Formats: sequence, structure tokens, C-alpha cells
Amino acid sequence: MCCLTPSVKVTTDIDSLRSEIRDKSVRVIDVRREGDYKQDHIPNSVNLPLATLLSDDSPERVLKLVNSLGIDDETPVVVYDDTFGALASRVAWTLEWIGHSDVTLLETTYGNWKSLGLETDSLTPEISNKEHSMNLQSDILATSDYLESAKLRDDVILIDNRERLNYLEQHIPGAVSLPYRTLASADGILRPKEDMKRLFDNRGISGDSEIITYCGSVGTLSGLAYYALKSTGASNAKLYVRSFKEWKNLEKPTDKQEDANYWDLSAE
Amino acid sequence: MSISKLTPSSSDSAKPKINWARIDEADNFANTVKLYRQGKYDEDSFRRFRLQHGAYGTRMTSDYAMVRVKLPAGEIYPKQFETLSRLSEQYSIGSAHFSTRENIQLHWVVLEDVSEIFRSLAEVGLTSREACGNSVRNVMCSPLSGVCSDEKFDSTPYALATAKFFLRNPMAQSLPRKFKFNFTCCEKHGMVRMVDVGLIPEIQQINGSEQKGFKIFLGGGLGNRSFIGHQLEDFTPEEDLLYTSIAVMRIFDRLGDRKNLARNRMRYLVNDMGWEKFQNLVLKERAIVRATQSVVTKLKVDTTPDKITRPLKISDESGSSVPDGYARWLKTNTMKQKQSDYRSVFITLEAGDITSNQLNSMATLIREFSSEGKARSGFVQNVALRYVHEDDLVKLYSKLLETGLAKSGGLTMTTPVGCSGTTSCNLALTNSHRLAKEIQRKFLELKLDEDDDLTDSSIKISGCPNSCAQHGIATIGFFGGGGRLGKDMYPNYQMSLGGRFDADTTLGQTCLRVPAKRVIPVILKIIEMFKENKQSGDTLKSWIHRIVNDSEDSNIKSIGDIKKVLEPLVVPPTKEDDPDFYLDYGSDTSYHTKTGKGECAA
Ligand code: HEM
Ligand code: SF4
Repeated sequence: MCCLTPSVKVTTDIDSLRSEIRDKSVRVIDVRREGDYKQDHIPNSVNLPLATLLSDDSPERVLKLVNSLGIDDETPVVVYDDTFGALASRVAWTLEWIGHSDVTLLETTYGNWKSLGLETDSLTPEISNKEHSMNLQSDILATSDYLESAKLRDDVILIDNRERLNYLEQHIPGAVSLPYRTLASADGILRPKEDMKRLFDNRGISGDSEIITYCGSVGTLSGLAYYALKSTGASNAKLYVRSFKEWKNLEKPTDKQEDANYWDLSAE
Repeated sequence: MSISKLTPSSSDSAKPKINWARIDEADNFANTVKLYRQGKYDEDSFRRFRLQHGAYGTRMTSDYAMVRVKLPAGEIYPKQFETLSRLSEQYSIGSAHFSTRENIQLHWVVLEDVSEIFRSLAEVGLTSREACGNSVRNVMCSPLSGVCSDEKFDSTPYALATAKFFLRNPMAQSLPRKFKFNFTCCEKHGMVRMVDVGLIPEIQQINGSEQKGFKIFLGGGLGNRSFIGHQLEDFTPEEDLLYTSIAVMRIFDRLGDRKNLARNRMRYLVNDMGWEKFQNLVLKERAIVRATQSVVTKLKVDTTPDKITRPLKISDESGSSVPDGYARWLKTNTMKQKQSDYRSVFITLEAGDITSNQLNSMATLIREFSSEGKARSGFVQNVALRYVHEDDLVKLYSKLLETGLAKSGGLTMTTPVGCSGTTSCNLALTNSHRLAKEIQRKFLELKLDEDDDLTDSSIKISGCPNSCAQHGIATIGFFGGGGRLGKDMYPNYQMSLGGRFDADTTLGQTCLRVPAKRVIPVILKIIEMFKENKQSGDTLKSWIHRIVNDSEDSNIKSIGDIKKVLEPLVVPPTKEDDPDFYLDYGSDTSYHTKTGKGECAA
């Protein structure tokens, strides 16, 4: 098992992935829907649609899925999607959570991969089952109970990754707004490290604090933020994976921006 | 959710001639915000600094800012659209806002992110520097300058040169108050008599040769109290443009009221002193400026003509059918240019709002359809694609349909101006922004945009008396306030009639107060009165013009007569009878007026 290294590699660049695929030294996971995957995908990648994972994301089930994808404790894993990295992040985070340390995100989306004219394939590779151990990393997960008590400490930063209007209308008290789109660069799912650092630094989001991210429902947008934080060396980031949907269902307190009709400024 | 594509965009389009940005201002801003948050900067000096850099405060909060990006002379290029699209998604609410002064605004931006916006703007040559505060605000130019058949010459290069000269110029960093220049194309398209300095291009024969110059109007302006500008002299030759501007600013700088913030726009100085005295001062001061500065100080006017090249099309139009609504749109959104075969196409927005996807598609549309490779924002929270070839209009319309930008009525009364109001402004008393949208939706449904009698009229709605929506120069203008029946408050508007911004610029005359939820029926009633009493050839505008000038002799002779007809419509019902009457548009909680600290004077 790995331990906390200061500045973690969270993405794999296109060139490295292509050579790793050639060496067969990597397991690539495509998290798009099965139909899309069947049409074409990055050669040798396996399919784990996010919905399949979410239908039951208990540790035992996840472990079974991971085994069936031929991943053991030592297998380097790269995840990609066509949704600006958010769905891939949620899958990658789940792997990390059950104790897989060597997992990264492809630096770009599948759409961009294709538009660059890189190789694709429609064959589904043969995979033999592997045995992954279970080593639950509870410290990267925030539950609603945990969040409620953590919020009372003032060294905890809570980040809302939904769009700004949603945040203004309703958010978890004390959260700061950092819409997921802020994390991307013009051609990558995440900004370059220095750029990302400057953004966080301006916001007073420092790597030493405990930082919890959340979004609308299943922890995808906030999963991306989790990796954004990690890319800058934040060592204590947690994902509130059930996010705002659960918070509201539990009828926990929320805050809103009062006395302003911001929705009417939107052109949607 | 909207995600712009990660693919690089084509770069063959026209490039901005002027880089307005300075990247070091981004770092400086970021650092200053940090110091401010650490308490090392007092509120007042931080506010001045923030405004100087183009970031306004936001309604009821100090966490957010509004970033006002200047588009000098209204020019905006494809890459700039793409950047604004991305910025609106990243740092704002997924939309941006075209203002009445050719700025494009990003609202609800976290103060700490403002410097990131500056950084990206600098990459495409844009700045928000001196878009707020006591400086020379964005220099406007008519969106038709260069294509208007009535203009004497294109004033765009002069507007750009003026903007360039004053931006970051030490003489314009701490004026008594904000200072606005408007250049236009011709008398009809106007907007020059309600601003500090307004300029219309003019040509005179001097000793048998043509001399370019301007008609200059000084001391106009809208606000809590509005004034019409005065013409300085018959003709101001172009060499004198800069000296005149400097002279006027020096006088304002010297004599302007720095104590009483509510009365310190130059128009008050002109009014207090009397026009003739002010005029004399300007002419004397100009002689001094000319004598002392003429060797060194010159406007850098770049009059090299833009390249006009019709973008190449891969597919031809044969067989493409004409979509529904095309004729209506063509009539209400496009204007023939003086260049034959070309039209200017105005995009209809709702109170200036545009989504990030639409901003992105504007970039593509410019590349595919505009032979000048850029767009121009206009006077009424809108944007125009110019130099669109007649043969490409159907295709353009189809593309606009795909992106939700094909609404008709852009050049008619059905597209009202509405300031930001309670959507974001600290001083707002009503949701003027939403009201503008409600009127537009209703009037398009009623197809009022197709009514030729209404095209040259305008509706403008401010959320308080400060006139940001320029209600004073509207045919039908409104500004917001609170009304009260017993202990219950409701949103209310003061309505004025007969304002104009052309050669006969006039301020509208106060008619009566109209509750927010009665504004639409009241306007419809005015239209009905007009239809009953109009003479042949009349438009709503010309009819109201006669009424406010006491020269109408039908049943409706005066504003008072109109008021009498409307009065029954504006009687407030009790809250029990009509609870909705007591809610402002866009709000489901009972109406109350609430304001924060305004920053127009800061
Ligand atoms: C006493 C305070 C203010 C005065 C007298 C004032 C005056 C004006 C005027 C006259 C205009 C019309 C453009 C022109 O000059 O021709 C304008 C535009 C504008 N002002 Fe103000 N203003 C004030 C405060 C504010 C505040 C606090 C805000 C909100 C941040 C604001 C937002 C705007 C906007 C957004 C526009 C462009 C119009 C639009 O498209 O919405 N103003 N202002
Ligand atoms: S008119 Fe009033 S409400 Fe509207 S933007 Fe100006 S100050 Fe705000």
C-alpha cells in the first residue's frame, strides 16, 4: 500500500498512456455507457459504466468488479470518460477508496482523444480475474455525519462544485463555491499544476487544511475536484460522495444567498 | 449542463488591432485582494482600487463582484467571444450580459477569482480597467459606424483612439466622477446628447477641400437628474478632437464637485455654471491645450480600412429551404448597409443576457458569416454581426435557430432594455431585468414586433431612479420604486413618455406610477389609444412626440389625458384579492425594498 506522498500524480498524459498500452503494463477503464464503449474505445480498455458501479457501490461489490476487470493491487489503472473527467474521477476515487493506490485519470476526454486522430478499437479484450485485497481508505470519504461534525472545526474547508446559480440558491452552510468548470484548462480535464495552485491559493484553499468536496448527487463533479486538490499536493482531501442530494433528503440545514433574483440574470 | 468543446479553435479570423490589457494588473489585483482580506487595506481604498479595475460590488454581499469588460467602440472578436464563454462558465453563472454601454459583464463572480478573469482577458487583449470608478468609462461608438448610409464618415477609428489615449492615462485616474464618451454615426442613431461628451462625424468644405471633424455635445447625462447636452460649436475639426476632450476634462477635474457625490457629474457643473460660461471656458482652455501640447500629444487614429472578405463556404445553398419566421426576423433584426449586398444583423437577446454556449456560437457565426471578421455590441444590450452577405442570410438564420439566437424583434420596441435590478445591483428596488424579459416574451407572442407603427419606439426599464437602463430617453420609460397599500408593499414603477435619443433628444415626461404587475396591460392600453387616435403615417413615437409637445389635437391631447385613461388600471387590489400583485417578478416572497451601499459614485 502506498502512503501519502506530497505531490501526487493524478493524471496520465496521452503519450505515456499510449506507450503503456503498447507494453500492456496498464489497465485502462472506459466509464462510458456500454453502447458507446462497444462502438469504439481506446485499444485494450475495459468497460465499467459509471451507472454499473453506482447501482451498488458497497466495498464488497466494488472489489468484485475490480477483480473482474483483472486488476490486482499492483496493476496501474488509468480511467477515462467523455464527460470532462468527472465520471472517470468518481470511478478512480472508488478504486482508491477500496485500497488501490495506482490509479490516475487520462489527461483528456475520449472525444478529444478521437479528434486528435489517435487509435481506437472496437474489440473487447479478454480479461482474466485477479485478486485485489481490501484495504478501505476511510479517510478519503466524508459521510453526512462526519461532515456535520467536521464543519464545526474552523480548519476544515468545504467546497461546493456545482454551478454558481445552484450554489447561490442553496448550499451546505459554510461551503465555498468552486464550479467544476473552473478546474479544467482549455485542452485538459484539469488545469496545469501551477495554474491550479494559483487558483486555490487566491481562494485561501491551502494544502494543509482538511478539504471536503461535494456536488449535486453522486460525487462526480466533486470527484474531479478531489483530484484537482490532490494534483496540487493537498494531502487531506475527502469526498462527500453522497453529496447535496443526500444532505437535502436528510433535511439538514442549508443556506442561500438572500434578497437577490440572480436566476433572472441567466439566459437559459 | 453545458460544456464547451476542448478542441482548439480555428485561428484564421480577424485579430484585434489594439491590445487593451496588461497582464501585471491580474497579479496586482490578486495580491491586493489578499491584503484586503487580511485587513491590511481599508474598505474605501480597496473599493476605489476594485472599481478602477472594473469590478463592481454585488447586491447584499461582499463576497461577489461583477466584472465589467470594456468593448471599446463595441468591437468584439471571435477569440474574445470564446474566452468570455469559458469565463462565464468558470467564474460566473453560465451567462454573460451585454450592457447599454458596450460592456460585457460577468456577474456573481467570487472576488478572489476576479484576477483569474483578468489573466484570461489579457490573453485576448481585453480589459475591464476603468470600466467603473471615477474614470473615462468605455468609449462607445454606434454599432452602425462604418456601414450607416447617413454617416459622413466612420467614427470608429476616432473612438478607438480616444479610448486608447485615456486608458491608464494619469490625467483620467481620479476625476471627480465617471466620464463618458459616445461616438455615433448620424443624427438618427443618436445617443450623443445624453452623455458627457457626444460626437457626430461631420464634413465641412474648407477652402474647397473636405475637412473631417465632429459636432460635439457636452454636459448631457442621465441619472437621478438628467440633462441634455449642448453643442460646443458648429464644427470641430478632427485635429481639435483631442484638445477639446482634454480641455473639457481639465475643466471638470478642476471645477467638478468632489464633495457632493450625488451631484458631481459634469452635467451638474454645466448646469450650475450656465452653458455659455462653460462653453467659453472650454474654448479658452482648448486654446491653451493646443498651444502647449500640439507638438507632443496626438491621437493615434488608425484609419487603415478593415479587410472585407466574404468567408468561404464549403456547401452551397441550393436546395436549402427558407425556415419559418425568416421574413419576420429579416424585417425586425437586419438593416441594409451602405455597402450594397451587405446587411448588419442584430441578435435579439433578452435584456442583454447570453449563455456561454451562445457566446461560443457567436465566435463561429462571425467566422462563417461576417466579412469583417468581428462583431459590434450596440446601444441596447445587444450585439450585431455586420457585413453579412445578402445571399448568406437564410443560412445564418438557420444557424441562429439552432443556438436560440433567432428571436425576432431585435430592432423594435419588443426588445426592452432592462438594467440588472434586483438580480445583482445593490441599489435596486425592483426586478427591472425580469420585467424587461416578461414584456419581450408577451409582445413577441402578440407579434407586436411586426407592427410597423411600433418599430421606432423603445421601452427602457431601470430598477431605481439612477437610469442605468436609460429610461429617460425611452418612448416609454420606467424606473422602479416601492408602492404601498396600507401596510402591504408592492413593486411599482414611475412611467415616463416621449423620451428620445436622436436629433430631437428629449427626456420623457412623467406620466404616472404603474405597479409592476400592471406594466404590460398599461403599455398595451397606450398602444390601443394610439391606434384609435393615430393619423396616417404616424408611429407610436411620432404620436407621443406631438402629445408631449402640446401639438396633438385628437381626443388625447396631453400626458394628463393619457394618465386619466390609465388610472383605473393601476388601482392596487387588496392583498386578499390578488396576492400575486404584491410579488415582484421572479420572486415568491412578499415584496419589500432593500438596498445596500451603491457604488456609482465611488
Ligand atoms: C447612483 C448610482 C448610479 C448611477 C447614477 C448610475 C448611472 C448609470 C447610467 C446613467 C447608465 C446608463 C448608461 C449611460 O451612461 O448612458 C448606467 C449603466 C449601467 N449601470 Fe449604473 N449607475 C449607478 C449605479 C450602478 C450600480 C450600483 C450598478 C450595479 C452594479 C450599476 C450597473 C449599471 C449597469 C449594469 C449599466 C449598464 C446597463 C445595463 O446593461 O444593465 N449602476 N449607470
Ligand atoms: S438603475 Fe438602479 S437598479 Fe438599475 S442598475 Fe442602476 S443603480 Fe442598479
